[in-house]
Amino acid sequence: MSTLVAEKKKPVARGGRPAPELIFGDLWEFDPAPESADPKLKARYDLFIDGKFVAPKSGKYFDTINPANEQKLAEIALASAADVDAAYAAAQRAFDTTWGKMPGRERAKYLYRIARLLQDRAREFAVAETLDGGKPVKESRDFDVPMAAAHFFYHAGWADKLDYVAPGRRVAPLGVVGQVIPWNFPLLMCAWKLAPALAMGNCVVLKPAETTSITALKLAEIFQDAGLPPGVVNFVTGAGEVGAAVMNHPTPAKVAFTGSTEVGKLIMRSLAGSDKKMTMELGGKAANIVFDDAPLDQAVEGIVNGIFFNQGHVCCAGSRLLVQESVADQVIAKLKNRIRVLRVGDPMDKNTDVGAINSREQLDRIRQLVDVGVREGGEMFQSACRLPTKGFYFRPTIFSGVSMSHRIAREEIFGPVLSILTFRTVDEAIEKANNTAYGLSAGVWTDKGARILKLSTELKAGVVWANTYNKFDPTSPFGGYKESGFGREGGRQGLLDYVKLS
Amino acid sequence: MTRLPITKTPKVYVGGVFIRSESARVFPLKDAEGNFFGNIPQCTRKDLRNAVEAAAKAGPGWAKRTAYNRAQILYRLGEMIEARAGELTEALLLGGGAKSAAAREVVASVDRLIYYAGWADKYEQVLGNVNPVAAPYFNFTVTEPMGIIGVIAPEAAPLLGLISLVAPAITSGNTVVALASTTQPYPAILLGEMLATSDLPGGVVNLLTGFRKEMIPTFATHTHLRALVGVVNADERKTLALGAADSVKRTQFFKAESPPDWFAGPAQSLEAIRATLEFKTTWHPIGA
Repeated sequence: MSTLVAEKKKPVARGGRPAPELIFGDLWEFDPAPESADPKLKARYDLFIDGKFVAPKSGKYFDTINPANEQKLAEIALASAADVDAAYAAAQRAFDTTWGKMPGRERAKYLYRIARLLQDRAREFAVAETLDGGKPVKESRDFDVPMAAAHFFYHAGWADKLDYVAPGRRVAPLGVVGQVIPWNFPLLMCAWKLAPALAMGNCVVLKPAETTSITALKLAEIFQDAGLPPGVVNFVTGAGEVGAAVMNHPTPAKVAFTGSTEVGKLIMRSLAGSDKKMTMELGGKAANIVFDDAPLDQAVEGIVNGIFFNQGHVCCAGSRLLVQESVADQVIAKLKNRIRVLRVGDPMDKNTDVGAINSREQLDRIRQLVDVGVREGGEMFQSACRLPTKGFYFRPTIFSGVSMSHRIAREEIFGPVLSILTFRTVDEAIEKANNTAYGLSAGVWTDKGARILKLSTELKAGVVWANTYNKFDPTSPFGGYKESGFGREGGRQGLLDYVKLS
Repeated sequence: MTRLPITKTPKVYVGGVFIRSESARVFPLKDAEGNFFGNIPQCTRKDLRNAVEAAAKAGPGWAKRTAYNRAQILYRLGEMIEARAGELTEALLLGGGAKSAAAREVVASVDRLIYYAGWADKYEQVLGNVNPVAAPYFNFTVTEPMGIIGVIAPEAAPLLGLISLVAPAITSGNTVVALASTTQPYPAILLGEMLATSDLPGGVVNLLTGFRKEMIPTFATHTHLRALVGVVNADERKTLALGAADSVKRTQFFKAESPPDWFAGPAQSLEAIRATLEFKTTWHPIGA
């Protein structure tokens, strides 16, 4: 009996080696698993004004490329100030004649139609999104497109319930609004911006980002199929000058911008002295805080999702990992192992975890800040994965030994780069997390419910994720504190930014 | 021989104490008949910085008070003003006008405070909510005060206008640095004395007097002011908005060209409280 117990106690000998990690590196290749649905791209995309696709008045077009292989996908119309004028004229006309007068229950039906038609063509849109923007197809398929449809569906139901938006007040649409969106979630940002604006009875002129215009223009096809009255939504495409024309135009009662804090401030300055309402959804440098009682394996998954989701092109990315000192070594070791097995490469492959960086320009910016991180003395670790020879790619990267004064701990990198800092006490974690000009989001990993609620109270951020990260829902308001902008998108609170109260 | 009365030295209420301007500058205030009344502190950039510092110190404690407690303190402030209504009426009469109008402004100011005192433990129930997300999370949106709010009071209705802008901000736990009416600063100076006896912690409301032209550019650019609320003219709006852009401040402007009717219904609202709140959404996991 006693011998049996003694035998049981003795672990299986491995010759002093630690238990092996299941990291095969390049030992076995994954079979390619390309997504093959037809994105149904056109060779040339015109502007979408007054319900029709129209050539730009200048006759100029620019190329949009696939960042995964740098090949041209299509030509996109370059809007001029005259096109922006035409778009606003159409929007104003639609507001005055159709959309602004339509009962809410009828507006709702158009939005429901749009949601359903988008669901019908979900795979096609997912492939188009991935080709144009470089994000892994599993993300566009499982997140971007279904979430965009969900936003239209959720907001549709609000269209005839304006009386419930602001108790005690009369609620009316603002009129025409101008919107400029970024390239990180091209279709989803379109939905975030359009759905609440339309539900509340406004008409829109929207400019997609110049590198990712395709899915917006495909959405315009759905608007046509849905019979959306002409002029309710107008898309003008191009780069910064077109965006400036959309923001500075005299017609809109309100402008909404999602993008960098730098550009947001420029817009605020250019609109100073005007009576336009504004909402700004700007940058972030979110803290993802891991306490020693957190379920560490789950936390590591959350850290990876927080910073490598969409190549880190996420304004709310968990780009600052704050880990409690007692578990820091353990967390960093687990994190490195996890990063080693991330599949980086062809976004169209269904197994790909990290796709292509959206543009050469963005890749250069990431490289530049990573160089700064190395120069400032951060200890860098990068995945050893093989990168495709063509296209824009960046290895998942983490920096340990970072302090608050380092630029990589203060500036938004907008790429797959994580800065790791440590803390000892809850108060120190809060102090470090809040020590930033931004305040968009934060993550908290702990087993204690009371600590979650304390942290969510003390953190100066618009969204706090507990034991999860990068979760979104149309019912859940999203938006920042401080220099991360103002206004909310989603939920009941998001509607308030698209109505006039009297 | 008649007794020579003791006149009061007008001082502004900053950080819970009564101070003169750091700059040692004053400007003379005359009564409606043009007689010298007193010297008003001509506050400067340095005074604003000190006031913001005081507000920053008071902020966390004030925001952590229970809503019930904040409600009682606002109510208490109403009591203080009601008790000294006659004095405030006289202060308003320095700017001319009828005594009945001045008295009406004072009682409206008291009523405004009682209105917001009532909201202190209720606005959260109306503005926040639980969100039915399509995932196993208890997802809820609550409000939080923005922090330190810069208030620019109107020139007309120097008491009611000021209180209508300050009260909704402090109801939710914000702290305030306010610039009083330049032409009629004395009601704000008296209000400071009532704030001091109202149980409101020092530094929660800081009242500055001075010249709009000097002070507004400083309000515009002070990074620690999270929002600017005020009754301002076109030039001032532009100055404030340009400064606000530097640190992405929130702004809520009422036009001085067509100022709100502070006696009308919409001059007090839940929306005025919301104007200095942030919405925060938390995703709390559901499960063992």
